[in-house]
Amino acid sequence: MLSVRDLRVSFATRQGALRAVDGLSFDVGSKEVLGIVGESGSGKSVAMYSMLGLVRDSNVTISGSVKFEGREILGLSDREMQSVRGGDIGMIFQDPMTALTPVYTVGWQIVEQIRAHTDMTKQQARERAIGLLGEVGIPDPKSRVDHYPHEFSGGMRQRVVIAMALSCNPKLLIADEPTTALDVTTQAQILDLMLKMQESYGSSIVIITHDMGVIAEMAHRVVVMYAGRPAEIGPEVDVVRYPRHPYTWGLLGAVPRVDSKNRRLVTIPGTSVSPLDVPEGCAFGPRCEHRMEICDERPVLHGPGDHLDACWLSDAQRLAIRSARSVAGGAS
Amino acid sequence: MGALVVVAFMVTACLLAPVYAHQIAHEDPFSSNLLGRIRLNGRMVSVLQANTQGAGYGVTPIGPTWHFTNYFLGADNQGRDVFARFLYGGRASLLIGSVSAVICCAVATVMGLAGGYFGGAIDWVVSRLFDIVWAFPIYLLAISLSVILLTSGVNIGPLHIGPGSMMVPILIIGAIFVPYVGRPLRGIVLSLKEREFIQAAIGSGASDWHILSREVFPNVAPSIIVFFPLMVAFDMLTESSLSFLGIGVQPPNASWGTIIQDGLGLLYTRPWVAIAPGLGIVITAGALNVFGDGLRDAFDPKAKLRGSI
Amino acid sequence: MRSFIIRRLISAVLVLFAISVMVFLIFFATPGVDPAARIAGRSATPQILEQVRAAFGLNRPIPIRYLLMMEHLFIKHDLTSYVNVGDRVLPQILQAAPVTLSLVIGAAVIWLIVGVLGGVVAAANRGKFIDPLIMFVGIAAVSVPAYWLGEVVNYFTQSKFHSSIFSWVPSSGYVSPTTNPWQWALHLLFPWLTLAALYAGIYARVLRAELVNAMNEDYVRTARAKGLSERRILLRHALRCSLISIVSLFGLDFGALIGGAALLTEVVMGLPGIGMLTYNALQNLDLPVLMGCVMYGAFFIVLANAVVDVLYAWLDPRVRLA
Repeated sequence: MLSVRDLRVSFATRQGALRAVDGLSFDVGSKEVLGIVGESGSGKSVAMYSMLGLVRDSNVTISGSVKFEGREILGLSDREMQSVRGGDIGMIFQDPMTALTPVYTVGWQIVEQIRAHTDMTKQQARERAIGLLGEVGIPDPKSRVDHYPHEFSGGMRQRVVIAMALSCNPKLLIADEPTTALDVTTQAQILDLMLKMQESYGSSIVIITHDMGVIAEMAHRVVVMYAGRPAEIGPEVDVVRYPRHPYTWGLLGAVPRVDSKNRRLVTIPGTSVSPLDVPEGCAFGPRCEHRMEICDERPVLHGPGDHLDACWLSDAQRLAIRSARSVAGGAS
Repeated sequence: MGALVVVAFMVTACLLAPVYAHQIAHEDPFSSNLLGRIRLNGRMVSVLQANTQGAGYGVTPIGPTWHFTNYFLGADNQGRDVFARFLYGGRASLLIGSVSAVICCAVATVMGLAGGYFGGAIDWVVSRLFDIVWAFPIYLLAISLSVILLTSGVNIGPLHIGPGSMMVPILIIGAIFVPYVGRPLRGIVLSLKEREFIQAAIGSGASDWHILSREVFPNVAPSIIVFFPLMVAFDMLTESSLSFLGIGVQPPNASWGTIIQDGLGLLYTRPWVAIAPGLGIVITAGALNVFGDGLRDAFDPKAKLRGSI
Repeated sequence: MRSFIIRRLISAVLVLFAISVMVFLIFFATPGVDPAARIAGRSATPQILEQVRAAFGLNRPIPIRYLLMMEHLFIKHDLTSYVNVGDRVLPQILQAAPVTLSLVIGAAVIWLIVGVLGGVVAAANRGKFIDPLIMFVGIAAVSVPAYWLGEVVNYFTQSKFHSSIFSWVPSSGYVSPTTNPWQWALHLLFPWLTLAALYAGIYARVLRAELVNAMNEDYVRTARAKGLSERRILLRHALRCSLISIVSLFGLDFGALIGGAALLTEVVMGLPGIGMLTYNALQNLDLPVLMGCVMYGAFFIVLANAVVDVLYAWLDPRVRLA
């Protein structure tokens, strides 16, 4: 349904070209949940925003192809994109505290979106807004619809944002770190809600996160991004159980696990590479424990079946490293 | 930084006022020259010419000669060289603007830091003082103070300032704008106090003086640097308004404001007397504002004086 | 909301009281200033001074004098001038107030329209030709002395081009709108434009900065993700949020102008408003009139501040509940 091919986003800066997204390709099927995971600055959010024309920077260059239901949406005019945004594709943002306009009631803001995409009357749209607020689990939606954003808690506000994103029955929902700004108990509730709404609305979801736990909970398939490039792509089960890229090993090691015997948090050595000087070869090379000479050349995505990765290690080498690890500590 | 060059140029030109008046124009800009005659294009011309229009009553001073050495901008109604007075006036305006801005920023810093850092009774007094002056019709406050202090001078304890002294407008202008700078500074200090490094300094038992001078002040300084040129421009404008009303710089001293006042009566015959000092203010204050804006972008994008500045 | 308004009113009255005390002290208790000497003239003998003191009640203790003056000003309404003995202050103020109100309200309408339009146009065309132009005008506006601009305008409309394109401009002065509304507007046109020009520049600049900030806010990104048009996002979301700060700015400026900051424009443009009254009282140091004018000005400024706080609460729902 959504098909992204070789998406590249770069910003002209004084220090040279900043390649925020560098050759990203993936597909999202109908009713599928795709997780995009990576550290902050890995270009995952920029990729989504640039697809939808939400990157408003005169220094940006975007290339590649983004097909939504067979129609190329990259390079559409702003006016043409307006019916796609909010209509066919809904978005949920990271910080619900700032995502809503402070001076209008939540009902007004939902009605505004509905009326931008349908020809419902104000009254019909309001009824729908109340219904949506009820569906996303806001108690007493009839009176809450006339409340201002600051009168809701963070979790409740995120529910409002979800209701708004769903208001025009979008076929695709893009969620940018939807739980990062929330506390832990609320996070689980919001993820549950998203799954529930996805079931009843039948939309596909692209969820962006830096949290492997969220991926394990939600995603059918996963894209692991590093420095604007895809490091690994595959079904959630395969990527989480049998990760192939050393960066993914690190990411999974960085997830605290209750069942692990080794309670020490594992971190990836070094800091994320600056997108201003990504190495010519493998972007993860400078931080990789298993760096080889060939890593100065850029690896391409390859792999068996639908589980692809961009790493020069051979299957035998990976097997050796993984078994050595499980003998040594057994963290993963 | 073109703005800084403009400011520097104006300051230098005004500082050279005595050189111009005595070495180039040979005119005393402060004594009247009602009967003077100058040589212009080979002919002797009276500085003040009998008015032949209307009833023939009164005199019209000579207009701009556009000769740099000789009544460049013409004469005022006392026969004084307008350009020389323009330079001297600029000196007074710049002096009052910058000194009062220094006083204002210094007092505001002390009050803002003390109120924001110590809180309690000190903060209460500081905030109420700010509130009252803030709510006060600022021009009327300046006018009231000027009217009184220009007749009596300032006699507070050991401080004696004569009524005609330029220190009177300097002190008044410096004082009335203290809340403009002090209020935002107090706010910054309040939010700084919540920050970890200040809390850590307090927790480690450092003395108040040490914390204020080593931790708080360096973090407030960028805002003060941003405010300073804006306040100089603002103070210059205020000085010129007061002088225009006759309650700023007192004769025989001149400032751009008093010269505009002189020019008011000559507006329809010799407009340059009023236009030139106005342009001086516009150019200098404009350059200071551009410079301040640049500083703001560089140092402290959120720094904001009261309202629009 | 009601308790908020009541609290605001109480503090406004307190501020007015503080201001009246301060002004009184400045005028009547500054060391070295003797109002009696001023009334009696320079060559007055001690006996005459004493008589003057008694006649004007200047020999009483300062707190009593303060109370008496306030009583005359606010309760008996019969405070009289020191200079033109017998002239009451209040009728003069009431006569001058409509002139000032006409000047400031008319100018405010112009500068709000022009300033908001300018700010929106600049923000919508960021980086294009019109944007730096409006920014330039904004900088100029905070650097030009208002009275000087008035003089220059006078020079062009009353002298330089008066015989050609500006022959329709009447000589300076004021005509009451009840006498002749057309002449009223015609006489005030250039004073309005002069006063409005500076503020319009300032407001356009402030609003542009506010809008540019607002357009980088998260809620604008949400609005875009909702599929709204850029125009609607700018006007309904960003502008609506930016108006909050414009309103508070406007309250301060409007109050200050009504309360006396229009003085210079009035003097230059020859309008017999409160500013002119203050200016004349200033020329002959007529302290009761000055006191009356200052109190009148303070009243409007404090009132405007209070109205702004209430308006602010109405515009910004976050303040409303706090």
